[in-house]
Amino acid sequence: MPEIRNYTLNFGPQHPAAHGVLRLVLEMDGEVIERADPHIGLLHRATEKLAETKPYNQSIPYMDRLDYVSMMCSEHGYVRAIEKLLDVEVPERAQYIRTMFDEITRILNHLMWLGTHALDVGAMTVFLYAFREREDLMDCYEAVSGARMHAAYYRPGGVYRDLPEQMPQYQQSQWVTGRDAERRNDARHGSLLDFIEDFANRFPACVDEYETLLTDNRIWKQRTVGIGVVSPERALQLGFTGPMLRGSGIEWDLRKKQSYAAYDRVDFDIPVGVEGDSYDRYLVRIEELRQSNRIIKQCIEWLRNNPGPVMVNDHKVAPPMRADMKGDMESLIHHFKLFTEGYCPPPGEVYAAVEAPKGEFGCYIISDGANKPYRLKIRAPGFPHLAAMDEMVKGHMLADVVAVIGTMDVVFGEIDR
Amino acid sequence: MSDSAQTPLEARMTTLADDLTGRFAELGCEVEQGFGEVTLVVPRDHLLQIGEILRDDEAFHFEEVIDVCGVDYSAYGVAEWDVTTASSTGFARGVESAHAFDLEAEKRFAAVYHLLSVKNNMRLRLRVFVDTTHPIVASVVSIWNCANWFEREAFDLYGILFEGHPDLRRILTDYGFIGHPFRKDFPLIGQVEMRYDPEQARVIYEPVTMEGRTLVPRVIRDNDQNLPEVSEQQDSSDA
Repeated sequence: MPEIRNYTLNFGPQHPAAHGVLRLVLEMDGEVIERADPHIGLLHRATEKLAETKPYNQSIPYMDRLDYVSMMCSEHGYVRAIEKLLDVEVPERAQYIRTMFDEITRILNHLMWLGTHALDVGAMTVFLYAFREREDLMDCYEAVSGARMHAAYYRPGGVYRDLPEQMPQYQQSQWVTGRDAERRNDARHGSLLDFIEDFANRFPACVDEYETLLTDNRIWKQRTVGIGVVSPERALQLGFTGPMLRGSGIEWDLRKKQSYAAYDRVDFDIPVGVEGDSYDRYLVRIEELRQSNRIIKQCIEWLRNNPGPVMVNDHKVAPPMRADMKGDMESLIHHFKLFTEGYCPPPGEVYAAVEAPKGEFGCYIISDGANKPYRLKIRAPGFPHLAAMDEMVKGHMLADVVAVIGTMDVVFGEIDR
Repeated sequence: MSDSAQTPLEARMTTLADDLTGRFAELGCEVEQGFGEVTLVVPRDHLLQIGEILRDDEAFHFEEVIDVCGVDYSAYGVAEWDVTTASSTGFARGVESAHAFDLEAEKRFAAVYHLLSVKNNMRLRLRVFVDTTHPIVASVVSIWNCANWFEREAFDLYGILFEGHPDLRRILTDYGFIGHPFRKDFPLIGQVEMRYDPEQARVIYEPVTMEGRTLVPRVIRDNDQNLPEVSEQQDSSDA
């Protein structure tokens, strides 16, 4: 009689399906998981402690680097907390720009999730399709902020600058030849809004393509249906937010329930799942892609017809125009003080949250009246999701661990902070 | 701003604050309100009792804990530059990091819980001050399961011990890490640095060799800079 023993399997920290640096210690009974113990913190950079040593504005770029696939949503959570502390009114145009870019970010994030999740369970093509569309959205980021990923575009009091009138175009080069450049520049002859509109018009067809590849795909369904089932009661107990909570059938979306930016002025629906398994969460996120596209179209419409300021006209918070500084002493002093010392919000504590693509991203700031936060706590949505790893994979097979990591949409920049 | 649309939310907050005062004042809780948010300061002996009521009572129904974090109040209100009286004398250019921590303060550490009621669409913040020398507080994992990792994090970073926690290990710092890095007396540059030692053919830890710098001094200004009428009084005399 051969002796059968449980054994411990070390998964990661360098594993292509671990979505970053996740080390999982799995106790196995044959192929079946008995216990999963995620070890995190391999990407811990002490963002919160660093933020305590910097003026408020200098920490905005750190927010991009938390969840590095939904950059602007993290910025939004941070600047909203500061705005609440300072009691700053953000101009309406900036609200719409933020709404639009939050949704662009949501599409970026969900495409990344879709591509890698499908890749993990064996579908190669979706990844290539998803990254094709991501490239266009990255260009929107670049057009507006100069950076493809780490934008630092949202600032307390508004956004860094208005949308550009001219979408940057491809130049002919060694790598981009004549006809190729022309094809790529087709949609880039107008403004950024024209480019986004062109994208929004063709994106629903792209989502149809992904769905053709996956939704009724037998292998995809075998890998996701009934995997990682979470009941609504457990989802609440486990602190789920975002698509993880909606996948379990609870209609909860901060954009609707605790509305911010311009979300109360645009039309969209909240998709919810029924079974609470990986397949339902997939369907929820696919529908969110379509709803985000809907919101973007409404924002484009509004932004075309309503020019206006995009930054609050309070030079204690926002820098004055460059041109003003040339001739106006007061503007020069404001600029100098703002960039050397920053602003001192009143003492107090605030918590502000946004519906990031992964769930509720919140910032808790304690101010003691100084120009730096006394304490900044970042509430990352992926943190409680990954904490539920043990419960979600228990009793599943080893191969399902990868599917569950995929369905959680974890990114270690935000979990480890 | 969307705040105007949240007025019903703020109205609910006021009702919540009144409810909390009525229910928990006799247990020694204090209710604080500010920036449209409600904070309940809970004495640490009553945390579990109050937590269960907050979760199960229909008036509150906070079924989800959104966040748990530690706070170290030992340097609260300490500035590196004096800005109120220094105008006539001028500023020193260099800044020594402020070391005026009150490490023995009675209310040094606190655990802060952010609760969310999905049913009633409300938020609440709980703050529990813990003892400075023996920072122990009851674990709420039995009430809200997801507090598990959040409490591990607060233990790791602040050294707050959660009594009754099923698995209180470090979570974010390295294996074998010493100290609690988010405490205010823990230097930003850390205590040790590591490198590969070719002679011993392994990675070794040594005391840090770099020096911490203050790039922007920490200042506290009491005048509200956002008010236009006082903006002229602002000191700009460090030129």
